[in-house]
Amino acid sequence: MSTTTDMKPVATKKSGGFTGAAANYIDERTSVSTAVKELGRKIFPDHWSFLLGEVALYSFVIILLSGSFLTFFFQASMAEVQYDGSYVPLKGVEMSVAMASSLDISFDVRGGLLMRQVHHWAALLFVASIGLHMLRIYFTGAFRKPRELNWVIGFVLFILAMAEGFTGYSLPDDLLSGNGLRIIDGMVKGIPVVGTWISFLLFGGEFPGTDIVGRLYSLHILLLPAIIVALIALHLLFVVVHKHTQYPGAGRTDTNVVGYPVLPVYAAKAGGFFFIVFGVVMLMASFFTINPIWNYGPYDPSPVSAGTQPDWYIGFADGALRLVPPGLEWVWFGHTWSFNILIPLTVIGIFIATVLFYPFIEAWITGDKREHHILDRPRNAPTRTAIGAAGVTFYAGLWAAASSDIMATHFKLTMEGVIHTLQAVVILGPIFAYFITKRVCLALQKKDREIVLHGYESGRIVRLPGGEYIEVHQPVDEYERWKLVSYNNYKPLELAPNAQGKVSPVQRVRAGLSRWFFEDRIAPVGTKELEESHGDHH
Amino acid sequence: MPRTQKPTNGRTRRTGRRSPLASVALIAIGLLFTGGAYAMISTSTATAATETASQQTVSEGEKLFAANCATCHGLSADGTGSGPSLIGVGAASVDFQVGTGRMPLQANGPQAIVKPVQFTEEQTAALTAYVASLAPGPGIPEAEYLDAEGDAAAGAELFRINCAMCHNVAGAGGALTEGKYAPALDGVTPQHIYEAMVTGPQNMPVFNDMNVSPEDKRDIITYLKYLENNPSPGGFALGSLGPVSEGLFLWIFGLGAIVALTVWITAKSN
Repeated sequence: MSTTTDMKPVATKKSGGFTGAAANYIDERTSVSTAVKELGRKIFPDHWSFLLGEVALYSFVIILLSGSFLTFFFQASMAEVQYDGSYVPLKGVEMSVAMASSLDISFDVRGGLLMRQVHHWAALLFVASIGLHMLRIYFTGAFRKPRELNWVIGFVLFILAMAEGFTGYSLPDDLLSGNGLRIIDGMVKGIPVVGTWISFLLFGGEFPGTDIVGRLYSLHILLLPAIIVALIALHLLFVVVHKHTQYPGAGRTDTNVVGYPVLPVYAAKAGGFFFIVFGVVMLMASFFTINPIWNYGPYDPSPVSAGTQPDWYIGFADGALRLVPPGLEWVWFGHTWSFNILIPLTVIGIFIATVLFYPFIEAWITGDKREHHILDRPRNAPTRTAIGAAGVTFYAGLWAAASSDIMATHFKLTMEGVIHTLQAVVILGPIFAYFITKRVCLALQKKDREIVLHGYESGRIVRLPGGEYIEVHQPVDEYERWKLVSYNNYKPLELAPNAQGKVSPVQRVRAGLSRWFFEDRIAPVGTKELEESHGDHH
Repeated sequence: MPRTQKPTNGRTRRTGRRSPLASVALIAIGLLFTGGAYAMISTSTATAATETASQQTVSEGEKLFAANCATCHGLSADGTGSGPSLIGVGAASVDFQVGTGRMPLQANGPQAIVKPVQFTEEQTAALTAYVASLAPGPGIPEAEYLDAEGDAAAGAELFRINCAMCHNVAGAGGALTEGKYAPALDGVTPQHIYEAMVTGPQNMPVFNDMNVSPEDKRDIITYLKYLENNPSPGGFALGSLGPVSEGLFLWIFGLGAIVALTVWITAKSN
């Protein structure tokens, strides 16, 4: 901002009392008024789905607050002690200091159990709201230029949130967390050649060792939160730089933002919303048990409880391990090749990479280099929406598989039946979801066209003089029509020879993908078409 | 070991001092001793419950058995193609299966399901006495092990090591293969818990007095009753099913409430 360098005239006139004087004092020393002026006039559009990212931010704040409380009492040590706290069914049991201090937080620290439950429920909400936020971004095409990098940052945050969750889940050193770590250990050891070395490095020797809780603690409260805070700052900075996207509607264009200014409306709303989110988390933590470590008892490598699962956000990985068919393990060249672990790891890796790079993939396919600040309605990007639906189905299949045993007992099914069904869901489900979603999108677009051209059905039946009955169609109003017709009409890329007069194979692939994206499409209604249809409202 | 057989003197050995039947006799004696000792130990676990049953109860039980159980278990309780032999299963087994309503079986399936109990206590006792009179087996447990006043901490540890892999750490139940399952243990009487451990009903292994002593069983029962009588310190337990029910609750009610509130906060005033 070039104007910020101007010297301000010294305030000599009487201003608004103490508040004004204090504001002036601060401003003269920090020049904060320019920032306030700039940020305070920033406009944010109002839509419920734009608040999902905010929910994630607020749950992170709640996690920081409750987590700081927990660090006052938690001891990340695996030294053996005899539990001597208030919980009777564990009295005298040998356990690690980490477990004993977690139990003390739960039973002997005032407010400790509430804080533990706030921390854990908020963690589940944090990852869930990031997930929902990402789905909103994806299905409305908010990741398009100029926001591709912010998508990447957001997705990295999602992965880091899962890492935070998993390290936290492992800290109390109870039976459930130890079982979770054992699975991670198994997955690491399944990597050929280096797996065993990495596992020994991680655990400081053979699993479980006496180091892992301390190491995970450093990651959980120091490194990971620091990276997350930095990335959140960057993420929000980009939101300010790019301006917020908005849904299509009358008067909304790529060059404006329609909504409320931050000050006073949006700041008040968002600030109040923080307390609402905090309240919901508090209510959950007050009334519903989460992670009852006292039931699980201290970690011991021999027992595994029925119904042992990771927290929901790691469920998809656990599900992938459950769905892989048995017997995919061979010894070649003196090494064990555990494809029952390598296949799920690879599939998940490909899935994660696809999601991470999706904005760039789509931009390359469409060849669209324009900036987009108006969101797509999901139906207006049928192929993207269909790919998203396929991805969601795939993820949901893996996710559901993590609870295969619970489904079997609660719906009186066989374990094998559940597993085989979910294997089919994970492989065939995305294909069905893709085609069904695409057809539904195209049908909805057709309906929109119909409404724009011929109006909507009014339900009024009129008999014409000739005896014919017609239903009168009412034209849509202009505001509604704007929403229905303003979307991009992409066409498949055409193959064009380059300077050497050749068509490169890469170009062919790109043209093929572009055809796949845009071959089936419903063009938006143009002005000419609209004029021609006038006077034809029946 | 390739060189244990020496063909040169293998045949001459036979003509030595020992009779050719000596080794057979030795094995027979050995088997007799171990078998006898084992029988002594295992019969000693059967309690005195069988002695108290009068001949009248036994014959009443026999009639009930013939009317209700013999179709599958055979008229002399020695089993048929559709049901196992009950000779030697003991009083505990009958009391558990009939007393929890699992028997008589309603339909063939992966395992017997719990139904409303079909017999009165006297009838169950008569059936129990009849089957127990056929051959010795695990008896009805003594009341001193069923008072649920043992060591809950020791019981919890035993439960985690021996039971939790099927029944879940909080006794909420769990899935087994091919439609079988370990049931939830909430509300099961101490006597039935004890009998299940001794007899191993359905797919459950037997935890006899050699590997889980009666005192240990009492501790396990104590722990289960502790769980039953003390609500979860953290609030509603969501079925004690672990992260699945927590995750579902969060997505449906937690995030559901949050989304409803976002809609409310961004709604246009009218």
